Amino acid sequence: MSNIDWVLVILFVGFVLSGWVNIYSAVLDQEHINILDTSQKYGKQLGLILSSGVLVFIILMLDGKFFEKYSGLIYMVSMVSLIGLFIFGKEVAGATSWYGIGSFSLQPSEFAKFATALALANFLSSPNISLKKVKTQIKAFAIILLPAIIIIPQPDPGSALVYAAYLFVLYREGLNGHYIFIGFLTAFLFILSIIIDYTYIIGIATILTITVSVIRKRKKKSISIILSYFLLSTLFLTSFDYVYDNILEDRHRNRLEIMLGIKHDPSGVGYNQHQSMVAIGSGGWTGKGFLEGTQTKGDFVPEQSTDFIFCTVGEEWGFAGSALFIILFSGFIARILFKAEQQKLAFSRIYGYSVAMIFFFHFAINIAMVTGIAPVIGIPLPFYSYGGSSLWGFTILLFIFIKLDSENHSVL
Amino acid sequence: MNRNLLAFAMLFLITIIFISRLFFLQVVNDSFKFESEKNARQRLVQYPERGYIYDRNNVLLVTNQPAYDLMVVPRNIETIDTLEFCKLINITKDSFLKRMKKAKTYSWRKPTIFVGELSKENFAFFQEKMFKFPGFYIQKKSLRKYPINSSSNVLGYVSEVSTWTLRNDSTGHYKLGDQIGTGGIEKSYEKELRGKAGVKYFVVDVHNRIQGSYSKNKFDTIPVNGKDITSTVDINLQQLGERLMSNKRGGIIAIEPKTGEILASITAPSYNPNLLVGRKRSINYSKLLDSVGKPLFDRGLLAEYPPGSPFKLINGLIALQEGVISTRTSWTCHHGFHHGSLHVKCHCGIHDSPQALHSSILRSCNNYFCQTYKLSIENYETAEIGMNVWSNHVKSFGFGKFLNNDLPTGRKGLVPSVAMYDRVYGKGRWKATFNISNAIGQGELLVTPIQLANMSAIIANKGWYYTPHIVKKIDGIDIDNPKFTEKKYTTIDELHFDPIINGMTAVFESERGTARASRIPEIILAGKTGTAQNAHGQDHSIFVAFGPVDDPKIAIAVFVENGYWGSRWAAPIATLMIEKYLNGEISRKKLEERIENGSLLDEYYKQEHPEKDED
Repeated sequence: MSNIDWVLVILFVGFVLSGWVNIYSAVLDQEHINILDTSQKYGKQLGLILSSGVLVFIILMLDGKFFEKYSGLIYMVSMVSLIGLFIFGKEVAGATSWYGIGSFSLQPSEFAKFATALALANFLSSPNISLKKVKTQIKAFAIILLPAIIIIPQPDPGSALVYAAYLFVLYREGLNGHYIFIGFLTAFLFILSIIIDYTYIIGIATILTITVSVIRKRKKKSISIILSYFLLSTLFLTSFDYVYDNILEDRHRNRLEIMLGIKHDPSGVGYNQHQSMVAIGSGGWTGKGFLEGTQTKGDFVPEQSTDFIFCTVGEEWGFAGSALFIILFSGFIARILFKAEQQKLAFSRIYGYSVAMIFFFHFAINIAMVTGIAPVIGIPLPFYSYGGSSLWGFTILLFIFIKLDSENHSVL
Repeated sequence: MNRNLLAFAMLFLITIIFISRLFFLQVVNDSFKFESEKNARQRLVQYPERGYIYDRNNVLLVTNQPAYDLMVVPRNIETIDTLEFCKLINITKDSFLKRMKKAKTYSWRKPTIFVGELSKENFAFFQEKMFKFPGFYIQKKSLRKYPINSSSNVLGYVSEVSTWTLRNDSTGHYKLGDQIGTGGIEKSYEKELRGKAGVKYFVVDVHNRIQGSYSKNKFDTIPVNGKDITSTVDINLQQLGERLMSNKRGGIIAIEPKTGEILASITAPSYNPNLLVGRKRSINYSKLLDSVGKPLFDRGLLAEYPPGSPFKLINGLIALQEGVISTRTSWTCHHGFHHGSLHVKCHCGIHDSPQALHSSILRSCNNYFCQTYKLSIENYETAEIGMNVWSNHVKSFGFGKFLNNDLPTGRKGLVPSVAMYDRVYGKGRWKATFNISNAIGQGELLVTPIQLANMSAIIANKGWYYTPHIVKKIDGIDIDNPKFTEKKYTTIDELHFDPIINGMTAVFESERGTARASRIPEIILAGKTGTAQNAHGQDHSIFVAFGPVDDPKIAIAVFVENGYWGSRWAAPIATLMIEKYLNGEISRKKLEERIENGSLLDEYYKQEHPEKDED
């Protein structure tokens, strides 16, 4: 216990408590001003925080080896719980992502994150594994993509997107950089193809390819790489165009187009994001003060206690408060990355890296969404957003790593 | 390349991006601050209570009544039972849909009047069930109420401020939908009556529900209620006048000579002031505007008639002032005034002996006043000079110009001038006999009833007047506007009024006086009948009077359109009014009844349908 990284623990406690205070402000009902009132979200969140404490206690009591040993089982249970949603799931706001147990809802996709991380770490840390081998690559991708493929049709594309985080873990563990490049290229082409017609993009790509081939004609290897990128891009573009027009629904298209500035509709589809920017933007240097946010008080931002909780920080605590949060959260992730690199066991290192990348994805996507940089992708801000499953899921995710890290010194 | 650098680089990059993005949103860009204020701050105008209006004896004439508008904010509407809703407020489903469409077209977020001015019953029913209809609410407003159905012309009315007024209102006091006084006292004392609106700011939520005060009420202002106005009119006298004028057209103005206060201002036909209140106002207004009797035309202030015989009093006074006659100067009337080919008929009935001023007034002798007028004009070297002198005398009585009082409307009337005759006949090519009809108040002369009543007050005062006015007190304090508190003198010396007043007294008291039939028992009055020729039909019946002679308390002028001759309608009406004012009641019940029931509608019908008259 003495080897626990108290920096991470203190940051965790700080995030959870300030998140709780911001939830209080976001949903405060004048008739229930007591922050402990359990009929309100803030009272419930306190219960969730306390129960998270219990989870922390249990995790720290367990032996670090337990997670490595049972990672396969945990992963399987998790996948079964995801598949079970198709039969027993409860529909909330159009997505069948919850199990309803009385008045309580549980979202298994929040727990699938650490389960996948454990399974991936276990697989990659086993002897004679090399990501240079195609067979290993396929197996690793299978572990990552299985939960994502189950989650997408629930439908919950936001949660599924987070699994892209593991791609960076694979890269860290030796996967060819072209995969990351292809990943970025895919996202880039996807956005570009929405803005301009894909035939133009293919045209530009053709010219680029020819130019580069002429310059580097001596190096046959690079030409073949460039040609394959070109072919891949053309394939992507044509299939994207099909997906965009035929598989994505209007609401998805609208969100994307508003974010990209093609559409302007602050009272319709873009309402959430616009009001969110108004809330944050009206905070000024130091904010309007605790419980003084008019956007927050007036419920102008829908979903403010969950995905849009950062609006409250921005409005009531201003640039000072929100910048401090950004720095602390980035510092938190950096600390995990740093700690992960220090791990002597491959399992711990890979798991830690996964934890850092998952927090990074949630942080980056959520803040980009509320500040209007990215389209509305409904994923929570770790430790801040109201909700039991996400709080428990993130707590478990983090504390397994803290536990593994605490045993690092004893590894020879 | 060290593979763990990528993650740190991405983290560093995203931190920089987020902090610069936040800096841009929160510090650089101001538009979000304004938008958040626009979102959350609701400005509620607190309307002041418009001032009340009382009569001179503190009888309440104009007060306020609450009215309830049913408002809607389309975006807050949830699924409702439309049928029940329509039943509650008594509208059809079609009408409901139409109103809803209109409201949505206007604004999705801003409140719109869904049904204006609900009836008391509908309001009560709806309020009980309002919780069932989110998006709808009731807004209270204040409308005028007239407890006594009378004096619409004096009081005026309020209406929504016009876009023209809004455009030209430099003070910025008014905004769309505000009420503004549009006639009578409501208009001329708008500034005093309207008060000052207050503003209250609230913080509202996304559904426009009030969450609390804004900035601890720092920006709020308290509404200041309008001032109460005490009018000079006597409502009992007003009502009597209106009754006596029923089924007749014309105007009555009564003035307290010592103060210039208008005791009564009546126009006939008139209308119920409550017709021009609230949402029926515009419909009723156009009906009134189209009505043949022109009830919106305030005859007491605006109708310009030839003054007829009462004007002889002015000519008598001018002749005395100019010294062209004495009270003993006499002429024999040969059934009129004859000068060459010019003949002015006279019905005075005294043709055997010469008549002096006194009997000429009581018999209204045309010949006598033609002679005096001729002398007055010919008193100077040229007719021009004489005419100018005469004209100035006449104008000193308030004729031919605006009285410049506190009524929103008025007319100048017409006093002929040298320039006018020069234009018609050529310079120096006319003389007194060319316009001899001025002697008997006919011809080019035009006066309004209020000018004639003022003349009557001037004679009662023997040479001076206060500008007639309609408001006595503002918020209980006597008005101190010098316009109404400074005496204005005529060009006639006081001593010349006695013989005129004597003649006017004899109009009632002499055996042969033209208004002997209208005497009031035990009160001695002074008066003068008039019959003004009218090119369009029957003569107008005119009467001026004041009384009691030794201490005049009321001066009056009555015009009855097409009322044949002065003693037939105008004189009884004038004396009934005076009696009511002086005694508080009328002893001559039969006369009152006869006048009230008398109708001139046939006369007006004939005038309006001349072709049928010939059949």
